[in-house]
Order: sequence, then structure tokens, then C-alpha cells
Amino acid sequence: MYGFEALTFNIHSGYLEAIVRGHRSGLLTAADYNNLCQCETLDDIKMHLSATEYGPYLQNEPSPLHTTTIVEKCTLKLVDEYKHMLSQATEPLSTFLQYITYGHMIDNVVLIVTGTLHERDVHELLEKCHPLGMFDSIATLAVAQNMRELYRLVLVDTPLAPYFSECITSEDLDDMNIEIMRNTLYKAYLEDFYDFCQKLGGATAEIMSDLLAFEADRRAVNITINSIGTELTRDDRRKLYSNFGLLYPYGHEELAVCEDIDQVRGVMEKYPPYQTIFAKLSYGESQMLDKAFYEEEVKRLCLAFEQQFHYGVFFAYMRLREQEIRNLMWISECVAQNQKSRVHDSVVFIF
Amino acid sequence: MSSPTMDLLRSEPMQLAQLIIPMESAHRTISYLGDLGLFQFKDLNTEKSPFQRTYAAQIKRCGEMARKLRFLKDQMTKAGFSPSSRCSFDTRVTLDELEVKLGELEEELIEVNANSDKLQRSHNELLEYKLVLQKAGEFFHSAQSIAAAQNHEFEANVMGEVSIDSPLLLEQEMSVDPSKQVKLGFVSGLVAREKSMAFERILFRATRGNVFLKQVAVEDPVIDPLSGDKIEKNVFVIFYSGERARMKVTKICDAFGANRYPFTDDIAKQYQTISEVSGKLSELKTTIDVGQLQRSNLLRTISFEFEQWNLLVKKEKSIYHILNMLSFDVTKKCLVGEGWCPISATDQIKNTLQQASLDSNSLVGAIFQVLQTEESPPTHFRTNKFTSAFQEIVDAYGVAKYQEANPGVFTIVTFPFLFAVMFGDWGHGLCLFLATLYFILREKKLSHQKLGDIMEMAFGGRYVIMMMALFSIYTGLIYNEFFSVPFELFGRSAYDCRDSSCRDASTVGLIKVRGTYPFGVDPKWHGTRSELPFLNSLKMKMSILLGIAQMNLGIVLSYFNAKFFGNDINIWYQFVPQIIFLNSLFGYLSLLIIVKWCSGSQADLYHVMIYMFLSPTADLGDNQLFFGQKYLQILLLLFALVAVPWMLFPKPLLLKKQHQERHRGQAYRPLYSTEDSFELEIQSDLHGHEEFEFSEVFVHQFIHTIEFVLGAVSNTASYLRLWALSLAHSELSSVFYDKVLLLAWGFNNVIILIIGIIVFICATVGVLLLMETLSAFLHALRLHWVEFQSKFYEGDGYKFYPFSFASLSEDEE
Repeated sequence: MYGFEALTFNIHSGYLEAIVRGHRSGLLTAADYNNLCQCETLDDIKMHLSATEYGPYLQNEPSPLHTTTIVEKCTLKLVDEYKHMLSQATEPLSTFLQYITYGHMIDNVVLIVTGTLHERDVHELLEKCHPLGMFDSIATLAVAQNMRELYRLVLVDTPLAPYFSECITSEDLDDMNIEIMRNTLYKAYLEDFYDFCQKLGGATAEIMSDLLAFEADRRAVNITINSIGTELTRDDRRKLYSNFGLLYPYGHEELAVCEDIDQVRGVMEKYPPYQTIFAKLSYGESQMLDKAFYEEEVKRLCLAFEQQFHYGVFFAYMRLREQEIRNLMWISECVAQNQKSRVHDSVVFIF
Repeated sequence: MSSPTMDLLRSEPMQLAQLIIPMESAHRTISYLGDLGLFQFKDLNTEKSPFQRTYAAQIKRCGEMARKLRFLKDQMTKAGFSPSSRCSFDTRVTLDELEVKLGELEEELIEVNANSDKLQRSHNELLEYKLVLQKAGEFFHSAQSIAAAQNHEFEANVMGEVSIDSPLLLEQEMSVDPSKQVKLGFVSGLVAREKSMAFERILFRATRGNVFLKQVAVEDPVIDPLSGDKIEKNVFVIFYSGERARMKVTKICDAFGANRYPFTDDIAKQYQTISEVSGKLSELKTTIDVGQLQRSNLLRTISFEFEQWNLLVKKEKSIYHILNMLSFDVTKKCLVGEGWCPISATDQIKNTLQQASLDSNSLVGAIFQVLQTEESPPTHFRTNKFTSAFQEIVDAYGVAKYQEANPGVFTIVTFPFLFAVMFGDWGHGLCLFLATLYFILREKKLSHQKLGDIMEMAFGGRYVIMMMALFSIYTGLIYNEFFSVPFELFGRSAYDCRDSSCRDASTVGLIKVRGTYPFGVDPKWHGTRSELPFLNSLKMKMSILLGIAQMNLGIVLSYFNAKFFGNDINIWYQFVPQIIFLNSLFGYLSLLIIVKWCSGSQADLYHVMIYMFLSPTADLGDNQLFFGQKYLQILLLLFALVAVPWMLFPKPLLLKKQHQERHRGQAYRPLYSTEDSFELEIQSDLHGHEEFEFSEVFVHQFIHTIEFVLGAVSNTASYLRLWALSLAHSELSSVFYDKVLLLAWGFNNVIILIIGIIVFICATVGVLLLMETLSAFLHALRLHWVEFQSKFYEGDGYKFYPFSFASLSEDEE
């Protein structure tokens, strides 16, 4: 039914699209960031944020603020908005919205498992989890000793269960294993999400495939860079790449054999969309790569709002808000630690 | 102080004023101005972000205090106290004192809360423990009695014959070697009921089924010690074997937030713990009660002064906001503020400034000086509770340009009148009037209350609705409608039957026996065959007359506007052709209507109007109403035709000429001394802004002309809605009366009659009083906004919002 979404889209999703576009216009602008960057204390940040949509969430916080409180409250706002949208959504939008949270779910699982491996307190770990990725039995993750148990005990009830088919081993958990598990899960998740969007068809498929392909490619690059110099074999590395995206399949072959960052760069520069990202970096540098990728992502997410009648806006909005919260966290940290000169290092302006 | 004579027609004259206030008296001055509420400050620091301004620290302080107050209010509402305004004895607290006090109060409350929370938690834990003891005790008890019974049975079986149906392995099972028997460990506690399924599942999976779980639901919801919420819970006992299983079980219990409590299977010990726990519980209860009492005392004292504090903090915060809008003068000793105020309030403001500097013992007084500006001042009308609702109707369309004629004045009468033309029924009008009377009589009480959304709207417009009701009673009397029942109020009807039997009243008709009915429609018309044609013709013509009258008023107002602003072009090239155009066509129609009414002629006005355009020279024949009509029509048609280009061309051309002249004049002006040339520069700077684009002006005028010419036709037609709605209203009410009330009456059955009356009342209130009111209101609104105001109203001004404490407390509601 490509091209005919406009006829029927608003019946079920028109209200929510309006809501999400309204939320988007509440995102902080460059002017806001400029003001925030000039703040001297966290109280200044609170004062400035009180004039924005974050106001009601921060107004009742007593004065000695901490960065964590700010981030927590800002996340709470996002979660509230998400829950409102989810409760209003009908199929297939509700499934789509749930897909957005699976990434956080994977991160939370990994966080808890790693934490228990290092014998941290479960409740302390739970507080650090992203509220969007919470599920009922998350705390029981601490009981599991290996992947098989992890799966059999807890995750079989969660939506993540199908993603586990690739990584059920009886090996005991260790850092390396967990990291591989995270990436395998993510790969499966991205592929599943991608298939789901393709099934939806229309503008949603078109826009989401672009956004997810970018996500997959970014992960491929990050996996490559992070696995340089580790004992991960080329074949194992190759297995962690998602089976779609601009780099698939030839780019993956080349990335799999990279041994240093400049080789990665060599591979990526063959792809025009990524050329611009790497052109900003000097040779041998990987620190600024994250920021460059984030900037590119934000640009693409903003473009998703240019088209109407598709679900991509929900994904884009959630991602943009998360980026905004990352920005706020960075700014608050810089202000709290008197490192104002570094404020601009990691802030990605959205508008 | 000279009071302005025309309060509502034009905005009060405003001026831009500069205040130079010494630093030491600034706070007090602003506070006094806030009490006065006649000065609108302009933000002179727009380029600064909120926390870079001078008084950001104070605002932060106020924000912090406001937060503490919110905390206190929250605590008060939780404890069931409402802040009482009655006990606000006037003890003047300063901000600093209040800050300290609030800090102390907050700390005290937090401490009290923490203590009581701690106590409450242990109290809840003990309660849960007690539950566990009772419920788990029951398990063990029943389990033991079953076991004993089984044992007994087994022994009996062993004694006698082995029956067929006893389990074959029973013997083996029961006679296990005691040395091999593993000691089963157990854990008991409570888990939330909604999690219990998942809990059981995980337990089963984690231990591969090697546990025995027994759960019993607790009937009443239990308060969870950790969160303090009331949750439905289950008591559980888990039996397991082995150390690893114990670890797993405890971990899972923790993960599910299940509280574990120690328990013994020894019955004597159980009773002992139960009594111990009960003792502790009652002890804790008294402690908690004492704490609660202390807390509520504290909160009560707070509640007496809360409102006062809240207002103080709000005032202070607004004062600092205003102070932040001021800029420093060169010496940094004075604050400079700019803003708008009514010229009539100059003296009041000066007095206030003087008073402030006196009260703060300042050596230098604040200076008030008027500034000259090109900027358009805000619009300010002095409204009262009666006129404000009508002004709101106008403002909803657009706030009047500064000193432009305000349609609000006329709206006060025309709006309810046009409404009533559509809503003519004095019974319905009376109902509406009684409803608003309730609002108006209880005005004082209701204005302090929080009403619902719709009620709020009805209450806000109570005087509008009252006027609408009064006018509908008036038009209802003219239409002679009372729930569609005709009344002979003003004497007897002019018509009567031909003979006493009245047989042919509905066939042949009535005859006129008396003089015309003195006021309104003759009651005998009602229900006759000729009722509709007669009323339709009457109402239709009346609508056109009213419409033309109102549109003419609009155009005349545009004349007064042009005259007031000294704009001769608008008078000669807009007002004059417009009034000629409208009146030569539709004004003439109105004239024909009146002539037809007076002369009782049979002329067809449609025909006259249409053939006035199609063949103006043709003979009128039967349709001639007066002598010379044909020549008058040709003349009027010519006038109308001339008026169109008159409206279209001269104005843009003249504007262009004016513009060129102004610039030529400037170009050849001789040079004066340096000071003058400086002024000249400023002047030319001001003029330089208004760029003149001829094509744009022309297109603009073109659109205006088309809009007016076409609008004259369509707007006149638009006024016919007065007739249409009035017709709909009377027909609906007669349907309800005839088809519901009279029908029910006809059955001669009390029950049917009661049902009929109920249906009639519901239909009358729901459809006629609520929906019809709304629809007539909206149509009247449209006639005012579109048909009337488009003739003269610019509506691109902005409202005067003075800095005032009075509006501060209103915002709170």
C-alpha cells in the first residue's frame, strides 16, 4: 500500500503523531544550550531548565543538586512521555514502540550481569538501569551463573528471548563473554527490528531502514575498533556484524580484517555518507569518532520529521531526547567539576 | 486628575515613561507600583539570559522558598489541612526571616517524617511478621495434623490387611531410614500477589523443581514496609534442601522484594513470638500516634500563616523579576526602567514614587519622565465586571490597535440583540434569565470558588447571558412565542371566527374584527396556514434591515477612525465610495422594504433587484413602488459602478505620491548646524524604515476592494442567518410542544403525561436552552467578527498588562 498511508494513518496514529511532534518542539534549542553552557552552578542549570519542559520535573528538587538527580528527572520525563504514548498506541504502533526499548533492555541485562560478576549489590545496579529497559524479573538475573541459566531462568519470559538463540553456551560468564553476548543480542535485535519495519512497509520502512542501517554500521565500526588488539578472531568479529546496512556485505569483509584505526578509516572512506564523518577526524584519532557519529545520527533523526505518516518519528524522537539527556548530563558534569572549557567537547546540538 | 470621557470607545491615552530609581529605594518603589498596578515595564535586558541578570540570586532564593512552601502545602494536604486565609493576622515578616523560618520548618518536618517513617516501617514489618506467623502456623498445623492422620491410618493399615487402594510404595516411603532423611530447610515471608506467579515460576526453574512452595493469600491489603503502599500480598513458605538451593532462594526472594521472616516449627515458640510481636506492635502504635499528633500540630500552625507567606514569596519573586528588567544608569547608582502607563495615571505614579522614596528614607527621589517614541503603545480599556465579558468577545478576535474605535461599545447592545433575534422566545429567555440571575446573585461567593470548565465559562459571561436573556424576552414578546404557545398579553387578537361555531376557522379563515394587535405578532396567526409565509417574509426582511444597519455602522466607524488618525485618504477614497456602494445597492433594497411595508404594495422585490442589474432601462410595470423609481435605480447603479474604481485606484496612487514628496523634501532640505543635522539623521532613520512598495500597496488595495464589493453581497446574505435560526428555533419548540406535550396530553393517562412532561423538559433544556443558545451565540459572534468588524477593525494592537499584585493572586487560581 505504498503511498496510501496518508489515507488511513490518522485513524489510529494521527493523535500520537501530533503528540510526538509536539514533544519534539519542546526539545532544547541551540540557544538553550548556549545559555546552559554559560551556567556557573547546577542551580543555574536548574533555573534555566525550569523555563523549559523539564520545569515541572525539577521544580521540587531541594537545592544542593547532583548531576544524577538532573539526569534522573529528565529521564523520568522521557519515560512518562513514552508510557503515555504506549498506552495510547494501537497495533502495530505499540509493537513498534516496544521495539524501541529493547536496546535498553539488552543494556540493562548486560549491566546487571556484569555487576553481579563483580559482586555489586543488585539494588544499587537496579538504580543504574535505564527505566525504559526494565522488565519484571530483571532483579533475578543476578541468580544466573552462565548464559544457559540466564536464558532459562529469566530471559525466556522477556521479548529478548528469541535473540538469545545465537548465544546459548554453557560457558561461565566473564567480561569478554558478556560483551560478545551484548553484541550478539544487539545484532539479533537490530535485524529483528529491521525486518519488522520492512514488514510495516511504506514510509516507515523507508525511513527506519535508513536509520537502522546507520545504527548497524555504527555498531560495526565500534565493534571493529573495540576488538582491535583483543583475542577476538576475525570470524567471530565478522559474526557480530548485523546482516544489513550500507556496509553489508562487502564492507563487513573488509572491516573484519582491520588491524588498526587507519585501516577502518580506509574502509569507511569508500562509502560516501561516512566519508564526511571521517573527513572531520585526523589520522589515528578515535576519540572524536563517537561525537561525529552522534552528530550524523542527530542530523538523520531530525530529517525523519520532515516526512509525515510514518512511525520513524517516534524512534527519532526517543533517540533525540536521549541525546539531549546525554548532553545535559555532560554539561552538568562539566559544570559540577569546573571543567567548563570542555563543555563543547561532547554536546551535540539538536537544532 | 482628568478622567477620560470616553472610556470604552478608544484606548486610554498611554505614554512611554522612564523611571530612574535610586538603588536603595528600588525594591520598595517596585513593590508600591505593584500595589498600584498601573505601570507595564519593558524588558531592557532581553539579551541577557535569566541567570546573568542582576537579581538572579534573589530569584533563586524565592524559587527555593516557593519549593519549600510547596513541600509544606503537600504535607498539609496529605495531613488533611487546608491553608486557611481567615487567620492571617498581620504580622509583617520580612523575606529573610521567612527564609530562615521556612528552612527550619522544612528541616523539622523532614525529621519528624523520617522518624515516623522509620517507626511506621518497623510497625509494618511487625504486622507482616504477625501475618506470616499466623498463616504459616496454620500450614504447619494443618500439615502436621494431616501427617498425624496419615501416620495413624498407616499404622492401622499395617495392623490390618493391606487394602488394595493403598499406595504400593507407601510402606517404603513412610519407612525411610531416619539417617537418610535430609533435613528440609524453609523460608517464609510475604510476596506481592501480582508477582507471585512469576516468583513461583522462577523458583521452580532455578532449583529445577526441587522446592516446595506453599502460598496463602492475605485477605486485606498489606502496607509494604519499603514503599509504604497498600498492596495485596501472599504469605509463602518455601521448603528446600541443601545450601546452594538456600542461596538461590534467598537471592530470588530479594530480587522479588519478598520480605523474609524467621519462623520456627515449634508451636510453643510460635505462640511466644506472636505475643511478643503483638506487644511490640501496640507499643509502636502509641509512639507513632504521639509523633502524628506532634506533626499535625506543627502543620496546623503552618496552615494559619501559609497563605500569607505564599503571597509574600510570590510578590517578592515578581518584584525581583521586574527589577531584573531594569537597566543600570551610567553611575551604577540608579536603576532605569522604561514602560507604559496611562497618561491619566501620571499623578498617581508620581505620588507613589514619592511615597516610596519617603518611606525608604532615600535622599534622592525617583524621577519620572515621559519619553517620546514611535512605538505603538499598548491598548488599555477601563472595563468593569459588566463590560469586561463583552470586551473579551472583541479581544478574542484581536486586540484593538492603539486608540482605534472599539467595537466592544456597540457589542454590548448589538451582540445580545442579534442573539435574541435568533432566540426569540420569552419563555426560554426567562429560563436563561433565571439561570444567570443565580450566578449574579451569588457572584461574590462563586467568584472565589473553583468551578468546572464549562461552568467557569458560563459564570465569566454571566452578564452577556443576562443581556441575551433580556433581549430574547423582548424579541419573544414581539414574536409572541412562549414555548411556542401564543398569549394574548397586550389586548385581544384582531381576528375572530366568522360565526360562533367556528367551524370554518381552518378552512375559510378568520375575519378581522378589531384594530391591529398592539405589540408584536397577533396570537391568532399561530398555527394558521399563513403563519409561516407571513413570519418568513417578516423575519427575512427584518434580517436584511438589521444587517444593512449594522454594516453601515461599521463603515461609519471607519470614518471616525480615519478622522481620528487624520487620514484624509481613507475618508475620501475608502469611506465615501464604500458607503455609496453599499447603500446604492442594499441600502436601496432596505428602502424598498420599508416602502413596501408602509404602502402594502404587492411588488416583487427580488424581481426589482435582479432586473435593476439585468435591464436597468426596462419598464418596472407592476413592481413600481413609487414615481421615478426607474431613474433612481439607473442613477444608483451608476453610483455603484463608479464607486468601485474610486475605491481601487486613487488610494495607492496618492500614497505613492505622498511617499515621493516626503523623500524629495528630505533630499533638498538645507543643511543646518551640526546638532540639527543629528536630529535630522534620527528623523530620516525613522522614515527610512517604512519602505514603499507600490505593487504591494496596490495588490493590497485590490484585495480590499474585491473583498468589500463581493462582501457587500455575501455579508448581506449572511445576515439571513438571523431569519434561518429564528425559524429553526420556533419550529423546534413547536415540534416539542405539539409532538411531545400535546400528544402525551391526548392519551389521558397520568403516566404517559408524566413521561411526556419529562421528555419535553429534557428536550427543551438540552436542545433549546443549551444547544440552541450555543448555536445562536456562535452565529451572533460570527456576525460581529466577520460582517461587522471587517468593515473598520484592524485589531493588531496588544494589551496593556500592568505589573500588579492583584493579578498575581488571580494567576494562582
